[in-house]
Amino acid sequence: MNHTIADVAVPTARSKTTLRYKRGISEASFRKLLYLAGLSLLILLVAIFFSLVVASLPALRQFGLSFLIGKTWDPVRGDFGALAFLVGTLMSSFMALIISMVFSLPVSIFLGEYFRQGNASTFMKSVIELLAGIPSVIYGFWGLFILVPLVRALEVKLGVAPQGVGIFTSSLVLAVMIIPYASSIGTEVISLVPSDLKEAALSLGATRFEVIRKVILPYASSGIFAGILLALGRALGETMAVTMVIGNSNFLPKSIFSPGSTMASVIANEFTEATGSLYLASLIELALVLFIVTMIINVLGKLIIHKMSARK
Amino acid sequence: MKDNLKWFAKNFTKGLRKKKGLMFVMLFPILLGLCSSGFSADVELIGAGATFPYPLYSKMFDVYNKEYGVKINYQAIGSGGGIRQLTNKIVDFGGSDAIMTEKDLKEAGAPVLHIPTCAGAVVVTYNLSGDPQLKFTPDVIADIFLGKIKKWNDRRITAINPGIKLPDTDIIVVHRSDGSGTTFIFSSYLSKVSPEWKEKVGAGPSLNWPVGLGGKGNPGVAGLVKQTPGSFGYVELIYALQNKMPYGTIKNKKGNFVKPTIASTSLAANTALPDDMKVDLTDTDAAEGYSISGFTWILVYKEQNYADKPEEKAKALVNLLWWMTHEGQKYSEPLHYAPLSKAAVGKAEKLIKSITYKENPILK
Amino acid sequence: MKGMAEISIHRRIWADKLFKTLIIVLSLCSIVPMFLILSLIIQNGISVINWEFLTQLPKPVGEVGGGISNAIVGTLWLIVLSFLFSVPLGVFAGIFLSECRGGKLAYLTRLSIEILQGIPSIVIGIIAYVWVVMPMGSFSALSGGVALGIMMLPVIVMATEETLKLVPDSLREASLALGVPYSRTIMKVILPAGLSGILSGILLGVARVAGETAPLLFTAFGSPFMNQNILKPINSLPLTIFNYATSPYPEWHAFAWGASFVLIAFVLGLNLITKLVTKKWKVQF
Repeated sequence: MNHTIADVAVPTARSKTTLRYKRGISEASFRKLLYLAGLSLLILLVAIFFSLVVASLPALRQFGLSFLIGKTWDPVRGDFGALAFLVGTLMSSFMALIISMVFSLPVSIFLGEYFRQGNASTFMKSVIELLAGIPSVIYGFWGLFILVPLVRALEVKLGVAPQGVGIFTSSLVLAVMIIPYASSIGTEVISLVPSDLKEAALSLGATRFEVIRKVILPYASSGIFAGILLALGRALGETMAVTMVIGNSNFLPKSIFSPGSTMASVIANEFTEATGSLYLASLIELALVLFIVTMIINVLGKLIIHKMSARK
Repeated sequence: MKDNLKWFAKNFTKGLRKKKGLMFVMLFPILLGLCSSGFSADVELIGAGATFPYPLYSKMFDVYNKEYGVKINYQAIGSGGGIRQLTNKIVDFGGSDAIMTEKDLKEAGAPVLHIPTCAGAVVVTYNLSGDPQLKFTPDVIADIFLGKIKKWNDRRITAINPGIKLPDTDIIVVHRSDGSGTTFIFSSYLSKVSPEWKEKVGAGPSLNWPVGLGGKGNPGVAGLVKQTPGSFGYVELIYALQNKMPYGTIKNKKGNFVKPTIASTSLAANTALPDDMKVDLTDTDAAEGYSISGFTWILVYKEQNYADKPEEKAKALVNLLWWMTHEGQKYSEPLHYAPLSKAAVGKAEKLIKSITYKENPILK
Repeated sequence: MKGMAEISIHRRIWADKLFKTLIIVLSLCSIVPMFLILSLIIQNGISVINWEFLTQLPKPVGEVGGGISNAIVGTLWLIVLSFLFSVPLGVFAGIFLSECRGGKLAYLTRLSIEILQGIPSIVIGIIAYVWVVMPMGSFSALSGGVALGIMMLPVIVMATEETLKLVPDSLREASLALGVPYSRTIMKVILPAGLSGILSGILLGVARVAGETAPLLFTAFGSPFMNQNILKPINSLPLTIFNYATSPYPEWHAFAWGASFVLIAFVLGLNLITKLVTKKWKVQF
């Protein structure tokens, strides 16, 4: 069948067993195995999507698209609307994004332009990696015990109800959590800006600041944007840290200091006890929405990155 | 076949080819794990549900394990969780202070018994400097939770608490974020004493709360109240006691301001008990009874032969229930739960005796 | 005229210096939280850690003493299970992507992996509940392992693909030219060459899932007992931290700090080992 050189070139006084051992499985079957592995990943993804859709059918049938704009989440009366959670998710994630950008952009510039090598660079890189490695429940724990009292003190000063927990607190915790994600892609694209562009600007008398402002950032802007998208995707799905500090109220938040809920946090809180299949299906529909939204954002981010590397 | 076996052995003994050897090493604990499910003589029961009785149950199950060797894994995820997981037949028993509704029972598909284990008190706890001892009337509590009374020094609160200086700060309401029997008891009470509450919010384990922050489980609410100055929430008595938090006395139906204690809870529980023990103890008629009392139940299916459950597991469950309603009762008082009265125990015994396996009662 | 140009240059130079300082300050600020968190955990956690803490089971509510031994063992079990579900499939898929680069299937697989990576962990928890817990009729370590395995898959596939892409084609061609069959070329020549990268991918994946809580909330479920049976519920470090941190009892808070210490030490230790593995075992071409 599949004669390899091994069969011919190795003179064998040994038994058939050894020869079979040496030959291994045929190339065609091995390639089939590889294909199967790749295919099963695809099947896994599709299966996840289908499971979510099937499990949320009762809610889909009952509410349709009005699920997304429904303001009430009333388990007693069986009326479920996701608006409060959509708003809570978007508010906390976008605020987190803005806050984190104040820090992640400088980090990208730090690592991509000023300190590309050397001890400062290694130090900063390792610390950022460690930030990404801290489990989210520990972030939540830290947020609960350290940030919440701080925010409470702030609220007292501002004359707002000193609850401590709320959307603002959760966006603070999220901001710290997504710094590594927002900065990593930014660092890469900034460091990949061609040096002849930079040198040309420098030789024309520009200061480094001006080179960054006028050459590097515009060039790397789409990459930085992609990094922001990926960080956003991460923030949208974050569950544990948010649950512990957001106040868990199923209403439309009135201000950034109000308690609220995100789609992820309400699923975590109410899944194990959703009595009634409509309740459960509504929660799973929230998961479906989360799935689709994070999928779109992640694919967009990767697309931008691919486009950028293709450009080179 | 033999050749393949030789190949297998040769490969394995050929040393720790990093990936393959690692894989074999990993497989053994898995095989062990799968085997041990057959080896363990220990029967293990899984339960889930109310946080209301959790301190008592965790003590009871620990003692029971030490005396009888049966492991009971109870996770306090809220009464709603207990009902849901029992309906899905994923746990052996549920813990709940909420009575299952018609809809719940329909979804369960088979009769579910409510076996009472103790009675407890839902107290209103708050975080004010100096830990003053406050009095409340039913309408005041309802209006605070409706968001109509917003400040601590509101005239209606100061009127009932003369001599206590209350601050001019907002009341931060704390309620449950999960499906809770404690909420069920509390909201049943509020529905009885406030028509507006009954209309706007209603009673049940999960509500559309008009105001407030949500904490997960009794521990979550207690934690939030403890850490948030000016907050006002409701928890089972033991949680306020264990955390040294102040709680209010409440005016009951007969007009007396009653403090939640074992005695006042027992008085509230001393009422006409139906055979199925599905009774609501709130807003009691007893003169010295505490108005927000409630039973907590263990929910089990009447017919235990489902989902391939072996008979010995059903027996273990029934024995546990018998112990909890008899010898186990002595652990209630130290933890500030009201033990079952003789009448209640009598009803519980009848219910436990009616549990069947393949139509035969398990306890003779 | 010259004066004005000088002033303008001065301002620009100052702006440049200011900017650099600002960048450095802000960058340092962003890493402050990590030190805060770490020092907090070390401070509060280390006083709790003793032999009893690491080897005893938890005690009932309100009683002093006990430990988190079942959480530690549970976390290890979950890691082993997720390892089993994700490593073989993940490595083979990675090999597939690096070997059959073009083609529609490779493109779709790569896309699937990228999407899988971005799925929030709680959604995967729901999937594991629907696929494993409900048919099985019980919470179990197995379902937790499935959930964590799905989360580990993308990390392993990507690490394998990236590493194997770096192995030069000449190595593969030389092996094939010598008559070594294709499957053995991959398994015995290419794979070992990229082992350091693959291992570091696995270790990073483990570090990631070791700290996951959300998917375990309704799969592994938690347990106050030590459990060696994968068909039953199991406790884990992140679950313990979550339950204890959100409770009102100070003793449980202290335990949560201790458990956080153990978890962080484990995760950071893994990260360190990964770096060492990459350095030591990396095959240079």
